[in-house]
Amino acid sequence: MFSLSTFLDAFWPLTMAARYTLLVSGLGIALGLVIGGFVCVLALSKSRVSRTLAAIWVSYLRGVPMLVQLLVVFFLLPVIGIDVPAIVAAVMTTAIVASAYISEIWRGAIMALPKGQTEAAIAIGMRPRHSWTRIILPQAIALSIPQLINELILLVKASSLVSVVGVMEITRASQAQAGVTFRPLEAYLAAACLYLAINLCLAALGRWLEHRMAV
Amino acid sequence: MDLSIFSEYGPRLLSGFRLTIICWLLGTAFGAALGLLIAVAQRYGGRPARWALQTYIELIRGTPFLVQLFLLYYGGPMIGLRLDPLPAGLLGLTIYGSPYFAEIFRSAFRAVPPGLIEAGRAIGMTEPAIVRRILLPVGLVSALPALINFSIILTKETVILSIITVPEVMYQTQYMATMTFTYLEGYFALALFFWVFVEVISRLGRRLERRITRHLIERT
Repeated sequence: MFSLSTFLDAFWPLTMAARYTLLVSGLGIALGLVIGGFVCVLALSKSRVSRTLAAIWVSYLRGVPMLVQLLVVFFLLPVIGIDVPAIVAAVMTTAIVASAYISEIWRGAIMALPKGQTEAAIAIGMRPRHSWTRIILPQAIALSIPQLINELILLVKASSLVSVVGVMEITRASQAQAGVTFRPLEAYLAAACLYLAINLCLAALGRWLEHRMAV
Repeated sequence: MDLSIFSEYGPRLLSGFRLTIICWLLGTAFGAALGLLIAVAQRYGGRPARWALQTYIELIRGTPFLVQLFLLYYGGPMIGLRLDPLPAGLLGLTIYGSPYFAEIFRSAFRAVPPGLIEAGRAIGMTEPAIVRRILLPVGLVSALPALINFSIILTKETVILSIITVPEVMYQTQYMATMTFTYLEGYFALALFFWVFVEVISRLGRRLERRITRHLIERT
């Protein structure tokens, strides 16, 4: 039978563990934005080599399940002499996976801008650099906000996978809780509620940002 | 790196791969069927049904697949739902996929020109006939790219079933890795394998898409 008190008791340890969920997904998207921006520049460049490199990066990261990538990174790091805690491998994997999706989001946003924007910038005598920083990027970033929030929500959910390498985030903590209380139903239900709460907040934030930054 | 382990564990990996494909196909088929049901029910159900289904969609989409699997596989027995790993995994995939499929079908149905449906009513078609003969054939074609895309996403979700001990390809790789201490090689080979696999099915998907939407392209 369902026990309400066990269910409620599970929330405190899980909320503590939620810090790691937020850390992995938050840091993951932050680094992902940086790497993704770089990959996007490669993908849009004139050089064929860098376009191919970007295409390989994106296709590998989007084609391989994140759990497999996580384990590859987790076992690769010690082999190449980097001995770091599991959480570093978790953040790294999240960031590089996110970078592939983010670079595609940005590429899409930039391509979606009418060509006239760049032409107008050149026509009024802007340098290419300024046409990027003042005309194209501000609009592209505003356009991409909803999708970036969406990506963040996906990352929050994907961060449950890092429980596999032992990072004490919500899912791992709920496993521990289930092991201690012998009541998996309540523990995992509490975990589901927490994820839902985080994601509903993020979705609300997304709607607010989209409203504010509407172009 | 010692390649001979791959020949020794080849049959295992192959059977794991077979199970991955089965899980993917069945998960996609069941998930799409449930999603279609939800989309139709949302269209024809009353306000309470619509609201309940929307809540279901938000609940499933807001939680990680892994947590849903744990709830089903470990929490299920507490409410009398005792499932083996494979059925639990398939049920989990079905439930996980259904809201995404439902949303795909819902927007595809909305894209069906209302004039077609009105024309159906005008010539005296019943609602089920309108669904079967207008909404589905027209909607499915416009839903196809999104359906293919999501089914490709599902291939990658199948590896998560290994965590509840469904012996699919990830599970078998893990087994091999543990027996031979070839973690890095094993997982990296699996990554390469998935890369190729996903590339191949997305190409096939694009081809299928072109084949089915051929009649929509205007001949010049």
